[in-house]
Amino acid sequence: MKKLLIGNEAVAWGLYNAGLGLVSSYPGTPSTEITEFLAKHDDIHSEWAPNEKVATEVAFGASLAGMRSACAMKHVGLNVAADPLFTLSYTGVTGGMVICVADDPAMHSSQNEQDSRHYAIAAKVPMLEPSDSAEAYAFAKSAFALSEEYDTPVLLRMCTRIAHSQCVVDIGEREDVPVKEYVRQPSKYIMMPGYAKLRHPVVEERTAKLKELAENCMYNRVEMAENREIGIITSGCSYLYVKEVFGDDVSVLKIGMPNPLPEKLIRDFAAQVKKLYVIEELDPILENHIRALGIEVTGKGLFSSIGEFSQKTIREAFLTEGIAVPGIPEAQGEAPAVPGRPPMMCSGCPHRGMYYTLVKNHITVLGDIGCYTLGAVAPLNALDSTLCMGASVSGIHGFNAARGEETEKKTVAVIGDSTFMHSGMTGLVNIAYNATNSTVIILDNSITGMTGHQQNPTTGYNIKGDPAAKVDLEALCRALGINRVRVVDPYDLKACEEAVLEELAVAEPSVIISRRPCVLLKYVKPKAPLTVDPDKCRGCRKCMKMGCPSISFKDGKARIDKTLCVGCGVCGQLCAFGAIGGNEDERCQ
Amino acid sequence: MKTTSIMIVGVGGQGSLLASRLLGTVLTDEGYDVKLSEVHGMSQRGGSVVTYVRYGDKVYSPIVTEGECDYIISFEKLEAARYAGCLRKGGKIIVNTQQIDPMPVITGAAAYPEDVLDQLKAKGFDIDDFDALGPALEAGSAKAVNIVLMGHFAACTDIPKEKWMAALQKVINPKFMEMNVKAFETGYGK
Repeated sequence: MKKLLIGNEAVAWGLYNAGLGLVSSYPGTPSTEITEFLAKHDDIHSEWAPNEKVATEVAFGASLAGMRSACAMKHVGLNVAADPLFTLSYTGVTGGMVICVADDPAMHSSQNEQDSRHYAIAAKVPMLEPSDSAEAYAFAKSAFALSEEYDTPVLLRMCTRIAHSQCVVDIGEREDVPVKEYVRQPSKYIMMPGYAKLRHPVVEERTAKLKELAENCMYNRVEMAENREIGIITSGCSYLYVKEVFGDDVSVLKIGMPNPLPEKLIRDFAAQVKKLYVIEELDPILENHIRALGIEVTGKGLFSSIGEFSQKTIREAFLTEGIAVPGIPEAQGEAPAVPGRPPMMCSGCPHRGMYYTLVKNHITVLGDIGCYTLGAVAPLNALDSTLCMGASVSGIHGFNAARGEETEKKTVAVIGDSTFMHSGMTGLVNIAYNATNSTVIILDNSITGMTGHQQNPTTGYNIKGDPAAKVDLEALCRALGINRVRVVDPYDLKACEEAVLEELAVAEPSVIISRRPCVLLKYVKPKAPLTVDPDKCRGCRKCMKMGCPSISFKDGKARIDKTLCVGCGVCGQLCAFGAIGGNEDERCQ
Repeated sequence: MKTTSIMIVGVGGQGSLLASRLLGTVLTDEGYDVKLSEVHGMSQRGGSVVTYVRYGDKVYSPIVTEGECDYIISFEKLEAARYAGCLRKGGKIIVNTQQIDPMPVITGAAAYPEDVLDQLKAKGFDIDDFDALGPALEAGSAKAVNIVLMGHFAACTDIPKEKWMAALQKVINPKFMEMNVKAFETGYGK
């Protein structure tokens, strides 16, 4: 079956057809669709885990039980899963195990631009890196056999461009791979010092064998052209850009396995060309390896460590080198300068009412990772920090411990429901246990929003949309040691303000659950759009302070875009002149 | 055959992913080598979004850079201008005349350049502008703007209309088929 697939769907098909039996993941752009596509198959076990560490350990458990298993995460998710990863390298696998990790060069939806290839080197596990969907399918499909043959988890590295680009893939049939018999192997799987010491040499021997494989395998290939003036070693999407510019007129060594890297293959290639270039996005991993072999190469001196490349990057770089570049495009003209269009919280987003309340009261806000990070942008400018998953809750404790009562009365942490499940709970335990009077607001929109609506343990549904055990957030916070836990509706500005001011004033830790489902959820029915009565509107712009995309200002008056407004009614509560109406429903039931 | 490059640009939430899926499907059915690149995640939230579609005998890069684009299909005026630098000499911009204010305009930090399409025309850009929102609302939903625009683009290509219709059947939920066929037809005739 030939089909146009995004890279992530191609990975899902590759893993599925190679006999995958279990996948456990935490969503994260640009990796999410791998697991979403796998979840469409009813003959395998699929799940959203609370975080990437749990997901990786679940996959480990399935591998231990003899089943081919996988997990998928974004680059920063691998930081969370790094603990099991490093020791999984020692234990190896029984059923093949693949850890898919998606980097985000140019930070389309991430807080940093880290290069996951460092993990493969540090944990001493093989890593595969496809260039397009067709390779993503082939590499993913081959990864279980590689994992089992070399007794190692395999990292499959994607990046945003490959994960979300499409090309035609020829999808084969699923291979039936029986679950292996479970045999107890204490010295392989109990990683206490006595046994771990025996495993480390095994890891080193494995790396030596994988290096031999790297010399001659389906992942690395040489494409020699007649022109030997220059030669290019490249990988991932950089390979596509090189081919886009030079076609078959340049000699290329394409690396599809960035760890471990071949030695002889690189030496032989380098020996055949006059000048050697290495083109890789992010860090100089290939470059450092080539240099360590004593081979002269041009890399990061010409190509940046920052952001994404394109065919334009390649053209411009080689032009500065004085190398002829074919097919330089001619533009119609320059684009006029226009106002930016940054992403923002949606019309009717339940986070907006709570953020407005915090900004109005000049509260310091330690933020977290999710849609609600968009509270940082104008006009709300609500956030003071965003570091990583869970850091709002842990961070506010340190912040208040450092500054005491002065900040305890005017600082909150905000964290989403899914992020709280991921890594907010432990921080909350710490607040209770080590006693700061910190106030944590859980922005509970009943879904994992930013990554495109994935279920989580607080929603009451699993990855298939079937009913599942539902974490009671109120009871959970109490069980973690917080006595003051209250729930407010963020569409009710008065209730929000009361809750925030009261909880900040009390001399003990508290949790406010700001609860309203995401307006984009299918079961949330929008209300009739609101309208502005131009006779009553005085043009004070107060309704525009909360940054709702439905409200604009024309001819001295506010007006509401009917195609965008979902009738949440928050703007009406801000208007002192009763100019906003048209939706008579009860808003805050 | 030379590779043809198309950019579908607009505002997150306007349905550019469905438009690119339709385009990808019809081009694949026609037997072309196709590469498509989309934006997911953060940029969906009301931000500027761009999808690249490239087809030909053999396509490597999934993205389009300055001066390479044959057609820009824009769901909104400002977005047409934002990406106009990608248009190759002699390329064409198809643009829905809808105006959606970005946040800097809403907050008053910037003004919306209402004459932005005239500015482009004055610079020699080939601008094919029309209202796609009206026909979309007539067909049944503002969400059908994407299909009105794709209908209009379809009429610019050599691909027969029935092939587009067949692709539409593949990518549209049958529940909304009637509305989308109406939207496509209106766009095709514009």
